[in-house]
Formats: sequence, C-alpha cells, structure tokens
Amino acid sequence: MAVGKEIRNQISSVKSTQKITSAMQMVAASKMRKAQERMSQGKPYAEKIRAVVSHLANATPEYHHLYLKDRDVKRVGYIVVSTDRGLCGGLNVNLFKKTLADMKTWADQEVEVDICAVGQKAISFFKSYGGNVVAAVSGLGEEPSAHELIGSIKVMLDAYDEGKIDRLYVVYNEFVTTMTQQAELHQLLPLKASGEEELQHHWDYIYEPDAKALLDGLLTRFIESQVYQGVVENAACEQAARMIAMKAATDNAGEMINELQLVYNKARQAAITQEISEIVSGAAAV
Amino acid sequence: MGTTVQCDIVSCEEQLFSGSVELVIASGESGDLGIAPGHAALMTSLKPGPVRVVKEGGEEEVFYVTGGYLEVQPNVVTVLSDTAQRADHIDEAAALEAKAEAEREFANLKGDMDYDRVALQLAEATARLRAVQYIRRK
Repeated sequence: MAVGKEIRNQISSVKSTQKITSAMQMVAASKMRKAQERMSQGKPYAEKIRAVVSHLANATPEYHHLYLKDRDVKRVGYIVVSTDRGLCGGLNVNLFKKTLADMKTWADQEVEVDICAVGQKAISFFKSYGGNVVAAVSGLGEEPSAHELIGSIKVMLDAYDEGKIDRLYVVYNEFVTTMTQQAELHQLLPLKASGEEELQHHWDYIYEPDAKALLDGLLTRFIESQVYQGVVENAACEQAARMIAMKAATDNAGEMINELQLVYNKARQAAITQEISEIVSGAAAV
Repeated sequence: MGTTVQCDIVSCEEQLFSGSVELVIASGESGDLGIAPGHAALMTSLKPGPVRVVKEGGEEEVFYVTGGYLEVQPNVVTVLSDTAQRADHIDEAAALEAKAEAEREFANLKGDMDYDRVALQLAEATARLRAVQYIRRK
C-alpha cells in the first residue's frame, strides 16, 4: 500500500537509532561499574595523602616549601579535566561553565589564566573559546594511567616553581551518585591548611633524610595523586552521564515510535475507509 | 599514652591495612626504624623493603612496599606506598628470578646509561626477598 510509506521509513529509522542508543546505554553501564571500582580503589590513597599534606600545612616547619607559601596572584593555572568523547549529556558543558565563571572572577581582577586541558573535549572547547592552553593531554581511554598525566602536570608545576603562575586549580566532575555528577573546583597550590584546630601549638616533623628532598617528592606526589583521582572520577562520571543520556534517548525514541505508529495507523485506517466508501458508492452507481 | 596507635597502610591501588598496632617497623631512607605508640611526629621516605606491623595482641603482619612515604602523627601512623603487597602473596621463586635477572644485567652493564634503573631493580628484588625470608624464619 502506498499510504504511509514515508512514515514507515521514519519509524524504521527511529527504531535503528533506538537500538544504537540502548546498546550504548548498556555498554556505558558496564564500563561505569569498572570505572567506579577504579575510583574507589584509588580513594584511600588520595584521602590519606591529603590528610598527611594537610597535617604538613598545619605544621610550622623550619623549611618553608614553595608549595606552602601564599603569593600575590598575577596569573593562575587551571587543570581542566574533561572527557574525550561526547554524547554524555551536560557533563562537559557544566564543567566548562563552572571553570569560566571562576576564570571571570580572576579576569575582573586583571589576573591572567593558563590552562592545562585534559581530554579531547576541553582541548577543542578552549581552542574555539580562546584561552591560553599551555599543556594538553587526551586519549587517556577508560583506564587512565598516571604516567600519561605526569607530563602535563609537570608543565604546570614547573610554571609554578618558576613563578609564572601563582595559583593552581583543578576542575573535574565529582561522582555523587549515578544520577548526579557535580562539577568541582579545588585549589591545588598553594596548599591550604585544613581546619583542624587541635594542633595549634608549634610543632614540626622530624624529617629523614632532609626536609627539602622529602617535601619535594611528597608534594609532587600529592598533586599527581589528586589530579589522577580527578581524572579517574571524571571517567566514572562520563560513563554514568552517558548511561543516563542514552537511557533518555532510548525512552524518547520509544515515545516517538509510538506516536509515529499512531499517525501511521490513522492514515491507514483513513485510506481503507476511503477505498471502501469508493467501492460502495461505485456499486450503488451501477 | 596508650599502648597502641592507629596505623594505615595504603598503596595507589588499594588500602592494605588499617587498625591499631603496637609497633611498626619499616625501612626508611636512612635505615630501619621502629615506631611505637607515642613516637614524635616524623616524616620519612621509604626504601623498597618489608613493613612489619605488630597488631594489638602481638600478632604480626608483613607487607612489602616498593618505596613511598611514612608519616607519624601523635595518634596515627600512615604508610603511603607506591605499590604494596602482602608479603605472603609474594612468589619467592619469582623474586629470586628477578634478583638473578637484575644481577645478570648488572654484570653485563656497559657504560652507566641504565645504572640507576638496574640498581633500582636489584634493590627491589632484594627487598622482596627480604620480606619473604622474614616470613619464612618465623
């Protein structure tokens, strides 16, 4: 029957799109579980090293490490952790919005901004938006390895050492639940003392072998571990957000198919009715 | 001051140990050190080697770390290791093999290009063996 051919085509094309989105949803769900596992494995280390470093910031050391000193802010650095691929809802957009809002407050104080972009989306976003991207890394995949990150982190740390930037932030999505991901901005450098008030008296560690080498190593490790944790967490967010986005797309496709099916049935019904009435009126005329 | 102190051992991959202990013995950069409850605040880097903890009640557990940091606070001892293993999970044969391999490389070394890497390998293999042999002795 000639009637509704176009609608039938449309239905079948929506159906095949739905198949793709539902497959992507399932893939994202299984990847999310793995990413979540990776995230929770790294958490104890990240938390402990954060505790150690905040103890350190509370101490009154004889040796003042560069990373612990507050400087006048002339230039700030951001490490922006995004995903490599799209189709994950508003995840990256929210992240960039948060970053830009924060950058604007600096821009108002005439502070310049350097960016280290992690992930393809951040790279292309800052390319089109404009921004001084000093380091970029992408293609980390589902199992980000710390090695690949170290290079670009080092660019930012070197810039800090040389006094090119006076603050360093990291921005990434925090995994709250499967349904919610929250864009978070943390200050990495200089390190902020934790609010624990129990250690008010003056004290310092005994350092072995010597304070400088030890703190250099420890603080670099701390920054790396925080950024790495951010990347891993962002990866879990990506899969969760994609799963939700694809579930919504699958549901929408289902609705669309139902609507189109209704339109198609109506058209078919109308065509049949018309044919019958033509036959009847033809028979009556005979 | 009590007779035990909270101790946490974490590596990049997982949390290996958390609980109250009577004593922690680790190989610091400038020699082995034992931490008993009430130790002064201290921070040191660790060499590859075994970390022994004496748990509340006298039971002992041995971990192997490839290096990292040890922090002592009045109420908590934290070991941040690069990679760590429970010592009884180490395969002794594999450790011996790794040590032999590193020694062979050491002997065949030309120039000083890879000296650091091979020296590190050897130190790690030796440390791993130390951890295994310690358990054996008990």
